[in-house]
Amino acid sequence: MTLQDLDTAPADSRRSDRTALPGRSDRRARARLRLMREQPGRLVYLTLVAVLFFSGFPLYYSFVVASRDNSALAQVPPPVLPGANLVENVERVFATVPFGTALVNSVIVSATVTASVVFFSTLAGFAFAKLAFRGARVLLVAVIATMMVPVQLGVIPLYMLMIELEWTDTLWAVIAPGLVNAFGVFFMTQYLRGALPGSLIESARMDGASTFRIFWQIVLPVARPAAVVLGVLTFLTAWNDYFWPLIVLSSPERYTVQVALSTLSGGYVTDQSLVLTGTMLATLPLLAVFALLGKYMISGIMQGAVKG
Amino acid sequence: MTLADKGTAAPTARSSPARQRRLHQRYRLDLKASPYLYIAPFFILFAGFGLFPLAYTAWVSTHDWSLLSDDHVFVGFGNYEALLSDPYFWNALGNTLSILVLATAPQLLAALLLAHLLTMRLRGQTFWRMGMLLPNVASVVAVAVIFSQLFGRDFGLVNWVLDSLGAGRIDWQTGSATSHVAIAVMVAWKWTGYNALIYLAAMQAVPKEVYEAAHLDGASRLQQLFHVTVPMIRPTIVFTVIVSTIYGLQIFAEPQLFGGGGANGVTGGASRQFQTLTLYLYEHGFNRGFEFGYASAVAWTMFAVIVLIALLNYLFIRRIRSAQ
Repeated sequence: MTLQDLDTAPADSRRSDRTALPGRSDRRARARLRLMREQPGRLVYLTLVAVLFFSGFPLYYSFVVASRDNSALAQVPPPVLPGANLVENVERVFATVPFGTALVNSVIVSATVTASVVFFSTLAGFAFAKLAFRGARVLLVAVIATMMVPVQLGVIPLYMLMIELEWTDTLWAVIAPGLVNAFGVFFMTQYLRGALPGSLIESARMDGASTFRIFWQIVLPVARPAAVVLGVLTFLTAWNDYFWPLIVLSSPERYTVQVALSTLSGGYVTDQSLVLTGTMLATLPLLAVFALLGKYMISGIMQGAVKG
Repeated sequence: MTLADKGTAAPTARSSPARQRRLHQRYRLDLKASPYLYIAPFFILFAGFGLFPLAYTAWVSTHDWSLLSDDHVFVGFGNYEALLSDPYFWNALGNTLSILVLATAPQLLAALLLAHLLTMRLRGQTFWRMGMLLPNVASVVAVAVIFSQLFGRDFGLVNWVLDSLGAGRIDWQTGSATSHVAIAVMVAWKWTGYNALIYLAAMQAVPKEVYEAAHLDGASRLQQLFHVTVPMIRPTIVFTVIVSTIYGLQIFAEPQLFGGGGANGVTGGASRQFQTLTLYLYEHGFNRGFEFGYASAVAWTMFAVIVLIALLNYLFIRRIRSAQ
């Protein structure tokens, strides 16, 4: 299903060449037509600005709340500009939950998961894309089929498994289920199929290179652009994971950022400034990643990304 | 594997036939075994931490299985019978479906329109695309926390705007419909731009000639979108419907944190007005009593619902394909 989707929807493959037209006036009409179609009017830009406002405002507003004390939120009209309490609120967050530890935990989890997913996906993608072996087709279909499987529903036996392994309340329990994913394998297979010339592999074989050496010295460098895309998407998904870490982590010093953040909002009276300062601190690293690598994310999604 | 690197190069005249044979065997082994070795990590890890737990859920669901007791009594379909006669389960199913529809339908329609705008020759293309994807970067926890503040009864910005417009304040959390709308807004805000990018990719693959023909026939831009683009990218639309449905049926963080994260969050409000299926599962599995057998029955029922919906969608695509 997805395979076909992708085949019919390659990113940025605008078919720009039209068949040549005979008459000059005809051609002029075509040109005018193209101009009409592709020059967006003011209304289009206005709509896009409005969309941008709605996209950005909630994030901006969390910053506003994070920089004020709670009494300011009760004002009428509510504040829409940042205040002066940011530093104080940040200090309160670190005093309430071990947020620094949580940040470190999240970095450990996300980095390990990302490295593993990228490596194993490239390895498997290389096999599926360029090596001939019995059962390749069936196994690739199996990979694609598993992309849709809602593994989150297996939490109960997964939790029991973690008890058996004595991994509950450790970062291993969070890392292990994320080490591989079907989307990564599928994504790398698609990419390497197009980007890796078969002749390169053949000539390396002629020179006596083993398969692993071909992987290490030829495939990995070729795969780098796709690896960046996959890496960014995987890192974000791992960083934002919440349900499973919430279940399997119980002591505050093991919390990932998302779990730590959720404990801030518990309790009967929610301290809004505190909670939204935590939110801001948890989101800022991602915004930095997004600013730097956002265009890779976009190309990844447009090549058929599926939600983690 | 790396050992072979040095040897397999063209055998020199000096090497004995036995050595040559050995090298050749090693080469054949490398050729035959490598592919399986390379895909093995994925299949082993996925089977261990993904498929096995999911399948084992079915087994656990037929037992009276609690973390607190070592006896796991086989009860057949007992858990399912208890489940289907629990009004709270039906309540959770209803809430989930309601939030799913409220979140998905407007979201995908908006994504379609946005993608349509993005196909035009815009100045600063990457900028607009990034702006659209910005909400997707925030975690569900962050989104839930931020919007819970915006939808707050007393100091929320949404109520302030409504009040200024003379519409009066709404206690978003207390009402069933209003809480569903608030949660649906969180989901839609996070995913609309993401889906717009998927549609954009599909739209770019539609041949331009089709639009020219439509234009010559006097179709307006909006007509072109619904009569030309939508039919052409239908498989992608069905795909996003399936993915959004699978996601929507498992919604957890948004309602949990909208309810404040504590006990009120787990039940999805004081009168369970926004408790979803995953919250219901969490309540039974991990929040009180660790009733693993019962919670597994919930999980397996959810799985059945998801498979059913995915299958219906698949058959739907097949019909479209064969009709073309």
